[in-house]
Amino acid sequence: MTETFYDVLRRQGVTRRSFMKFCSLTAASLGLGPTLAPQIAHALETKPRTPVLWLHGLECTCCTESFIRSAHPLAKDVILSMISLDYDDTIMAAAGHQAEAALEEVMKKYKGNYILAVEGNPPLGNDGTFCIPGGKPFVEKLKHVAKDAKAVIAWGSCASWGCVQAAKPNPTNAVSIDKVITDKPIIKVPGCPPIAEVMSAVVTYVVAFDRIPELDRQGRPKMFYSQRIHDKCYRRPHFDAGQFVEKWDDEAAKAGYCLYKMGCKGPTTYNACSTTRWNEGVSFPIQSGHGCIGCSEDGFWDKGSFYDRLTSIPAFGVEANADTVGLVAAGVVGAAVVAHAAVTAIKGASEKRAPTKTEEK
Amino acid sequence: MSVEGKNLKFPAYVWEAPVRLWHWLMALAMVVLMVTGYFIGSPLPSVPGEAIDSYLMGYIRFAHFAAAYVFALSFLFRVYWAIVGNQHAREIFLVPVYMLSPTWWRGFFRVLGHYLFIRPKNDWHLGHNQLAMAAMFGMYVLGTVFMIVTGFALYGEGTGMGTWQYSLFSSWVIPLFGQSQDVHTWHHFGMWYLIWFTMVHLYFVIREDITSGLTVVSSMISGWRDVKN
Repeated sequence: MTETFYDVLRRQGVTRRSFMKFCSLTAASLGLGPTLAPQIAHALETKPRTPVLWLHGLECTCCTESFIRSAHPLAKDVILSMISLDYDDTIMAAAGHQAEAALEEVMKKYKGNYILAVEGNPPLGNDGTFCIPGGKPFVEKLKHVAKDAKAVIAWGSCASWGCVQAAKPNPTNAVSIDKVITDKPIIKVPGCPPIAEVMSAVVTYVVAFDRIPELDRQGRPKMFYSQRIHDKCYRRPHFDAGQFVEKWDDEAAKAGYCLYKMGCKGPTTYNACSTTRWNEGVSFPIQSGHGCIGCSEDGFWDKGSFYDRLTSIPAFGVEANADTVGLVAAGVVGAAVVAHAAVTAIKGASEKRAPTKTEEK
Repeated sequence: MSVEGKNLKFPAYVWEAPVRLWHWLMALAMVVLMVTGYFIGSPLPSVPGEAIDSYLMGYIRFAHFAAAYVFALSFLFRVYWAIVGNQHAREIFLVPVYMLSPTWWRGFFRVLGHYLFIRPKNDWHLGHNQLAMAAMFGMYVLGTVFMIVTGFALYGEGTGMGTWQYSLFSSWVIPLFGQSQDVHTWHHFGMWYLIWFTMVHLYFVIREDITSGLTVVSSMISGWRDVKN
């Protein structure tokens, strides 16, 4: 039997006191009440470590880069102790045939009990040959590993929505993983990349409680994706006051006013950036003076400029936002009304001179 | 060329008091919604000074939300009145049913013929003519339902998960459009749809008032439609 998390920690010389502290901290980072800390401790003491298989499809590895920077809990703790990351071709020691053999072994040994984490997505075009890890199209590997998985985690916007490789015109026909895996629960953790603490907390939750966290209708964990950046933004008071940055490097930008007019997508983006922030809580895009680009939202590459408040409507074929379309159409309607009124007036005047026969009262 | 409707009895009580009250309340709410909505999309120039000293965007949004409640509730009331009110209160909602009847279409094309200057005189109707009914349904009713649904979906994003606005609207509208930004864009576009409607509506009520020989504008104030002498 695989060691428990607690066993591993004890073996590494971690005291029980430190272990309990860790449980409390994890409970807090998950937004759970203090009474749940003992429950986490109990789970970690008694449950065998959960094997996780981490696959990489069409992606940029930014999810992995983010994950290894997780501070609470430390990615080291998560990877080496809490879960048993048995396959991750980017950061595992083995390579080539050895790595693929490890994958098959875990799949056999823990059939139906391992978690599949997917970074990137499968391109379906040209029989999936746009992404070939280990000599096989990624879409086949994905289906193969997903078959016996207990649950699936979709890391990042690629796996969750499609992201940049699925942006128009999507030459490789890349699709989100839920288009390929249809019979397993999928936890979507979107973001480009997702926040490190969010990633490790999702894994911790699944391991500690042996169930997937509560998801919203789009499959995202509610605990991290139920509020918009805008709702918790520290610049929100400037928004309410009507204080906006009008152009980059103006006085308002220096004063840290709201970036709404600069096209900040905070009001339409569900993520935890304004709460947990990045790199151990140092900062996040808006704090660094740039608007949110909405990287955790579905199809964010195809929603017009990152720097426009009113984004364009692609249905009209040209770059036009609702105001330009509306105003032009209003002009047309107005001109039609005036023309119609003019004809009516001319007709009326000519009828007055020569009343028609139907004009009887 | 004959003019239909000459045998109708005038004066006729067409718009009952609740319908008139709804009309003007809704029109007022619509103006407030359009102005504040426009400034939510394209905010006024930045306010100087400390953030604590002003609440401009907050007030604009408050006015928008308050007017939105008036707009939505008055529409709900109007739907109720379509059920219990007189036959003219039903006209703008029952267009899809009327469309099943060939007589309705005959009237529709007679009115259309008049507006295309083929028929010199428009037919007389107690309530709306067929073209007006169709425009009321297609532009006003559908446009309003669209604005209420998308509007509450956006509002529910602010009130948050667990609130009725979120459960009833945001939870399905946002995924339906793909994401929140799309809902914003289409909600904004919906405003223009109602602006076009308003322009056409204003033109035709004034035109009918002048050319048809019946009272039109004053009917929505007094409720009575009469033959002008």
